[in-house]
Amino acid sequence: MALPWRVARLVARRDESATARTLVLHVDDWPGHLPGQHVDLRLTAEDGYSAQRSYSIASAADGDSLELTVQLLPTGEVSPFLVNDYAIGDPIELRGPIGGWFVWAPTDPRPVLLVGGGSGVVPLMAMLRTHRDIASRAPLRLVYSVRSPGDVVYVDELKPTEEVDVTLLYTRAAPPEWPRPAGRVTPVDLGPSDPRVRVYVCGPTGFVEAASRQLVALGYDERQIRTERFGPSGSQG
Amino acid sequence: MTEATYTDGNAMAGPLAELFSVDVSAAATTCAGCGRRSHVAQLHVYASGPGAVARCPGCQDPVLRYVRTPAAAILDLRGTVSLVIPLAASGT
Repeated sequence: MALPWRVARLVARRDESATARTLVLHVDDWPGHLPGQHVDLRLTAEDGYSAQRSYSIASAADGDSLELTVQLLPTGEVSPFLVNDYAIGDPIELRGPIGGWFVWAPTDPRPVLLVGGGSGVVPLMAMLRTHRDIASRAPLRLVYSVRSPGDVVYVDELKPTEEVDVTLLYTRAAPPEWPRPAGRVTPVDLGPSDPRVRVYVCGPTGFVEAASRQLVALGYDERQIRTERFGPSGSQG
Repeated sequence: MTEATYTDGNAMAGPLAELFSVDVSAAATTCAGCGRRSHVAQLHVYASGPGAVARCPGCQDPVLRYVRTPAAAILDLRGTVSLVIPLAASGT
């Protein structure tokens, strides 16, 4: 088997919002990962029934440790267990790191635009954290589209710095006196375009399609846009 | 549900990593239907049935089909002319 299932153990967890929780996992001999990669988790019941889900890695490479942020989907099969019942010290089957397409090379000096919808921000956070950890000089901009202020995850780390620009877009409800009215992503949010920029877009399929169309129409180079689509929220999880 | 929704070929990377020692999502495919070149990660993946069908983002023809049974993996590649898999150059 080319990529084996490993055993991970939960070492810590933290709430990111009312419905999202970060799981800190320890995996012996973890080979490390690139920002943007994901893992598959597998749960198996006593009767042999098993369910498998993919989760993006949220953390920068850090020895045998990795972090996943799981959004609770109340009707899901896996996320209620991971968010509510998965206890410190418990084992879980994990396969990874997975994916060589939707990854940011930390040595890439080109400007980067990260566009995330909802929990699509998770792999982009791994890129942002890696960028910060290695003190990359590549200009980085994060555009993060989220339903309402209570849904924002990683809120303490979304502060702009000299190299990092952060734009929050609220689609349903914005905080009082927020300069942009609540609404879906528009070309104004993604511009001005620059064909040299490497772009990563991650989110639900509808969000990724809309944002990608707008980026191409604005003049971003289609060949520099990398996308990752999540299933419709609620159908899996 | 009015229309089946899709994700993309990034979701195939894990299942195919069971078979291949290289990452297949970064491989380039040429659609046998329309000739469009895509990376596997860019294919539209429909996984609501017993397996996954990865379709060309241009013409929607099936490029790659994958079913995992308890005892076997069935990979149908008739929709792709070729798979070009990036490898580290030897001797570097």
